[in-house]
This record gives sequence, structure tokens and C-alpha cells, in this order.
Amino acid sequence: MKVDEVPQDLKYYKGSVVRDVNYAVDEKGQYKAVLSDGWTPKNDALDMALDEVRGQCGLIAEKVKRGESSPLEYHAAKNLMDVRLLSDYTGIPRRKIRRHFRPENFAALDEKTLAKYAGALRITVAELKTIPE
Amino acid sequence: MELNLEHRSAAHCENGAISALLRFHGIDLSEPMIFGLASGLFFSHVPFVDVSGMPLTSFRTVPGFLFKRITKLLGIKTETARYFNREKGMRKLDDLLLKEKKPVALVVGMYYLPYVPKEYRFHFNGHNICVIGKDETIGDYGVLDSNATCKVTISREDLLKVRYAKGGSYRLFGRMYWIKSVPPHLPDMKPMILKAIAKNCRIMTRTYRGVKYVGVRGMLFLSERIRTWERKMGTQKALMNVAQVVRMLEEIGTGGAGFRFIYGAFLQEAAQRTGIAELNEYSARITEIGDLWREFAVRASRMFKRRKAETCTFDDLGDMLRNLANKEAAFYKDLERAVEKYMD
Repeated sequence: MKVDEVPQDLKYYKGSVVRDVNYAVDEKGQYKAVLSDGWTPKNDALDMALDEVRGQCGLIAEKVKRGESSPLEYHAAKNLMDVRLLSDYTGIPRRKIRRHFRPENFAALDEKTLAKYAGALRITVAELKTIPE
Repeated sequence: MELNLEHRSAAHCENGAISALLRFHGIDLSEPMIFGLASGLFFSHVPFVDVSGMPLTSFRTVPGFLFKRITKLLGIKTETARYFNREKGMRKLDDLLLKEKKPVALVVGMYYLPYVPKEYRFHFNGHNICVIGKDETIGDYGVLDSNATCKVTISREDLLKVRYAKGGSYRLFGRMYWIKSVPPHLPDMKPMILKAIAKNCRIMTRTYRGVKYVGVRGMLFLSERIRTWERKMGTQKALMNVAQVVRMLEEIGTGGAGFRFIYGAFLQEAAQRTGIAELNEYSARITEIGDLWREFAVRASRMFKRRKAETCTFDDLGDMLRNLANKEAAFYKDLERAVEKYMD
């Protein structure tokens, strides 16, 4: 890769301090470190993964509206957490978490358990109880 | 309290953390040099290790390996520790920072890192940062992250979370490493460089019989597997898997093509330091291989961008990978032979 070929496709790094460093060859054939703002193929790959998450969240949101699932399942999916990971972070057994994915069980949860979930998912308890439009 | 250590960006997070630790102890090596001396080039495709529902494809070794290799080579005494007790882990970190006045490198999870863009917050527990200071009144830590453009601060609470990140393919228990003592005289550069190059060639080409997941053989393995993906799991899932490979290829600080270029830079510097001009040719060769990896990423990304396998088929990707594997295999073999000539 030549120095002037180092990609500068700014997308997700916007407004953050994170940048890539690429090593590239200058016109004399010497290697140099060049800062890069990102690369389109890379952003596309990330898009693909994010789209998958969004699609799944959409499906779960439908289920929540129909009353077949609880907002907890939605927020877990949004934070890329499966039952196992959520269990690791909250200390709540997997079996119980699966139960809490049902709306009637979720509605009966006490504040302490809700706070545990909200903490692991980095949202407030009020946010945990609803799903965004 | 903050140690006097300037920020420096790096392409790979572990190189950056090692570089910071070494610089503090008066050893100033460039990033490619660190990467090369630690024999950092790697490839593995391990289908039975699960990363968010997909097989693991990696262009890096397990976090901590590079540090171990380079310090052993330089004769530096180090220590690595994990603490099951969170408070103990934090106390030990504070002790090292405030009493011994030493920078400490940590292995952390990406997910709770506050300064990383939200789209990049994945459950990936293999990021390396270097802690260089603590604000004793507020409790914030000053951190050098080589993927950031400047020094950053992390609150104690966040640092606890990232140090004890859970789940995923790799669980952390507050893992940290630091340098205990540095020998008064470093060993000679030339034999070290030659040794490190030979070692890297061995790692990539000579895996144990029956282990088909790592090195050049791992690339061939992936090239065969990638052809079957569409048939086995349907187009959508197969494209997801390809996207995963591309992400591993070019993720923040963990790039595959990027690593080939770093190695190219290393070979160039090695040629200068040892006076073996031949290494420059190999630098040009690995640069070409790196460009091919980039082309692979571009073509693969076109595939999943269109959401249809039209411009390029899975077989094409397999062919590209096989070509890459063959090129790299020849490269390592030639390089090893070239280096052996100069070793006594």
C-alpha cells in the first residue's frame, strides 16, 4: 500500500478519539506510519453486523408489542448480550433470565433485580421497562 | 500522580502497550520492531471456538504472547497476574502505580470502554491499554490507548468493568502485566532479529501434524471451508460469516493486511539495523501479500454490500485465500532459508 492510498473513509470514528494507524510505503519505498480515518470495506462489514442486530431487535420489538415478550429481551439483544452473557454480568441464573423474558414475569420483578439488569445494560430502570419507538 | 510518558499511536494495541512499558524503562523501539521481535505474524481459523455465533478467525495471537516473547528475547524480567478478587486487583494496580511508580498494562474488554465509538462496542475481551497515572482526589485513571489519538482518562468504575469483562470467547480476571527489571545492557540486535524472523517463519509454516487451524495451513483450511458456507448455511448466514472474517481482517488494531504491512516495515528496519540488504526484497514481497489481503477484503465486502453473491462467488474467495496461503508459504520458506545463512 502506498502512502496516498491509505483510506480515509470517516464513518464510525466520527467524534471520537479512536483512529487506525496504517503502515504504507512512500515514493522512495520507505515505510511510514499514517493515521487513517477508517476504510469502507471495514465499515460495510460492521454495518452488516449492526444490521443483523437491528433486524433482530425489530423482531423482538414486534413480539413485545404483541405481549409475547418483555422489554428485557429487547434491550439484551440491543446490547449484543445473549442469556449466558447477561447471566455472567448480573449474576442471575440463566433459567431465571429466560423466565424474565416473559412479560408477566418481568412485570412482577422487584426494584433490586431491575437495577441489576439496568446496570449491566447501561440504561436506567425506566428505560429498561419500555422499548423505544 | 502521573508518570511522564508521552502518547504514541500504534496499529496494534498490544504493540502500543508494550511500547509504552519499554519506553518508560528507557528502551525506545519502533512499533514494527516490537512486532517483529515478538514474532507477531499469525493466522488461525478455529471452527469450534464460538465468537458471537460464528467461528473464530484471527490474525493475532492470544493477548500477552507478544509481551512474553519480546521480553524473553530482550532478557527483561516481567510479571503477569490475574486476580479473582476485584478489589485486590485494583489495589495491586494502585500499589504498582503509586508506590513503585511503574506503568502497568492491562488486558480489557472493548464493550464498556467509554471513549470507543458506540458502534465498536462489541464483547471482545482482548484489548490492551497502559495505565500511567491516577488522579487521587477523583479516582480517575490516566490511560494510554494506542488506538486513540491522545491520552484518555477512565473512571475507576469503568476500569473495574472493563478489567473484569465477562463471557465471550475469552474471560478476563483483571489480567495485567508489567516490567520488573531491565538488564543494564541489551543483547545484540542482529542475532535477535534473525532469531525472531526464523521463529515467525516456523510458527506460520510448521504446525504440529493434525493441527490444521493455525498458520498457512489454517489459511488453506479456511479457503476450503469458505466454499461450503453458502451450501451449508444459506446465503444470508454465509455472508454474515464472510463479514465476520473481514472484520477480523481489519478490525481496530487487529488487522490482517495491516499486520503484513507492519511486518514489511519491520523487515525494512531490520535490513537497516543488520546491514543485510536482502531483507529489503522480502519487505517488498510481504507488502505485495498485504495488498492481496486488502483486495480480498474489498471483494468480500462487495459481496455482502450487495447482499447477493453476484460479483464474486464463495469459490472465488476460496481461490483467493488459497493463492494467498501458497504465496505466504513460499514467502516464509524463502525468508527462513535467507535468514539461516546469516546465523551461526
